[in-house]
Amino acid sequence: MDKAQHLDLFYQMVLIRRVEERAAELYQQGKIGGFLHLYIGQEAVSTGLISARLPQDRVITAYRDHGVAINCGISAKAVMAELLGKVTGCSKGKGGSMHMADVSKNFWGGHAIVGAHLPIAAGLALGDHYAGNDSVTICMFGDGATNIGFFHEALNLSKVWRLPVLWVCENNLYGMGTAVERASAVSEIRQKAEGYGIPNERVNGMDVLGVRQAALQALEQVRQGGGPFFLEIVTYRYRGHSMGDPERYRKADEVKRWQENDPIGIYHHYLTSHELATPDELEALLKKAEAEVQEAVAFAESSPEPEAEALFRDVYVDEIG
Amino acid sequence: MPRITLREAISQALWEEMERDPKVFILGEEVGVWGGTYAVTKGFYDHFGEKRVKDTPIAEAVIVGAAIGAAMAGQRPVAELMTINFAFSAMDHIVNEAAKLHYMFGGQFRLPLVIRAVGGGGRQLGATHSQTPDAVFAHFPGLKVVSPGTPADAKGLLKSAIRSDDPVLFIEHATMYQVRGEVPEGDYTIPIGQSKIQRAGRDVTVVAYSKGLEIALKAADALAKDGVEAEVVDLRTLRPLDMQPVVESFKKTNRAVVVEEGWKSYGVGAEVVARLYEEAFDYVDAPIQRVAQKEVPLPYNRTLEQMALPQVDDVIRAVKEVL
Repeated sequence: MDKAQHLDLFYQMVLIRRVEERAAELYQQGKIGGFLHLYIGQEAVSTGLISARLPQDRVITAYRDHGVAINCGISAKAVMAELLGKVTGCSKGKGGSMHMADVSKNFWGGHAIVGAHLPIAAGLALGDHYAGNDSVTICMFGDGATNIGFFHEALNLSKVWRLPVLWVCENNLYGMGTAVERASAVSEIRQKAEGYGIPNERVNGMDVLGVRQAALQALEQVRQGGGPFFLEIVTYRYRGHSMGDPERYRKADEVKRWQENDPIGIYHHYLTSHELATPDELEALLKKAEAEVQEAVAFAESSPEPEAEALFRDVYVDEIG
Repeated sequence: MPRITLREAISQALWEEMERDPKVFILGEEVGVWGGTYAVTKGFYDHFGEKRVKDTPIAEAVIVGAAIGAAMAGQRPVAELMTINFAFSAMDHIVNEAAKLHYMFGGQFRLPLVIRAVGGGGRQLGATHSQTPDAVFAHFPGLKVVSPGTPADAKGLLKSAIRSDDPVLFIEHATMYQVRGEVPEGDYTIPIGQSKIQRAGRDVTVVAYSKGLEIALKAADALAKDGVEAEVVDLRTLRPLDMQPVVESFKKTNRAVVVEEGWKSYGVGAEVVARLYEEAFDYVDAPIQRVAQKEVPLPYNRTLEQMALPQVDDVIRAVKEVL
């Protein structure tokens, strides 16, 4: 990796965090409706992971998707506009926080039914396998999704048909407010992949370079036709499950301990101690992110609402008489 | 025109579409080596190979989910559910994913997939394997729901379904595979979303589809002997529902009976009747009747099962009620 790539990873993580901090404020001001699930604390997972993909690799994830959207190349403007329900949003204001996508960036959503996108991911990979190309589908999901039947049907099929999927479990230790040990028969999630004969690895999700390295190797193995691979990436979300989470299920101390292990802080230290960047250069990137977010909010706020005709648009592709 | 069975018509449609378009492939339980549990895909595996005729695990959510994903990735999968009763195991993927993904992401994703499922009672399979839950699926905008009643319609509609860029649930009736009818030779399609008059008449409008059509046509034959000419309108597609031929017929006859195999409550008949009252209230000369399944889970015992299912005599009685 050259210096520019290092700085880019740092910038993506910072941008995600600033976008989400701002989104939380806009939510509290009533400008964002519905649910808002923040990714803060988990930025290194998707940043490291998606930095390892090739352009032909598809990405699909669950509802905690703003960070993934940004890593896939969707602009902060289009993310913010979608949060505000504007026509300039990446899903034209019809998806909202949980349903962001941009096919041109090979980002296939943003899916809000827990685990339901895993069979779809198997299908995306099936489509590529059928076409005979070398794309890999990267499917991200939380630890909570590994307890539902969809997960098991999808993993099983991916192995039986040797589909080119990289399964990525973001284990942030809680499915909503229920700790992994209280919901999953095994708290080391990768053991479930083991049960399906899928090669797997458990990775520290607070280390962006470690995630990237694991993803590079896993993607290579899948691309060579080895069938699916499973990464369990252990991470932590600092904020509640969504806005308005009373957080009775964990102690403030625990959150504080993880915040001391912050992925952006760790990477900041890594870059400066290895003389890959100066503190001033990183400070400049923080300011740049701040400016980009301000611009994104201004763009979103000044963007038009969808017109009334949009209500009935895109129910079907074919014209219905 | 050759007379073939409904099974042959569906099989021909699949075969011809697979020959025409390499993006079309089939996945489902026992569709390959076995040849299909209703023998619809017999011979396909040997001809097209395992890449295009894919036997799946017994796992309906991933059958439909994988079809959705493959469709999003540009293929044109035809997923077969062994029976529509198993569609409930894939309910999330049918109603939360297939029906919504195009709209919810602002039109970015296309889902050119077909879900074939066979339903219906009358074969003593008990309550869990005998349902006709078509109306449930027709409730959801974003899905197209097709259910043909003749071999010619089955072939033409299935071809349209496979060529459609929208997700289509194609519902067949288990007791109709041996029904014979004339089917045009060569390539032809029938548009989704068009009802059709299957028998002309002047005295009463009988609205039906699928198995209900078979019953309605038999009732019309019997009524004709008593001098009553029933006009039988076949819906063919439940969503989008084409009411125009129904309304036109009703404006002529002023009397109607709706026949369906599913339960009466919240059913297809309920929808059609409501639409007639909304769109043709001034033409109503008698309360519109519905013939449907009794409100019980379908029993195994043959006599009880037939008591629960709508019969030709029920249609005749209902017609006499409105005359």
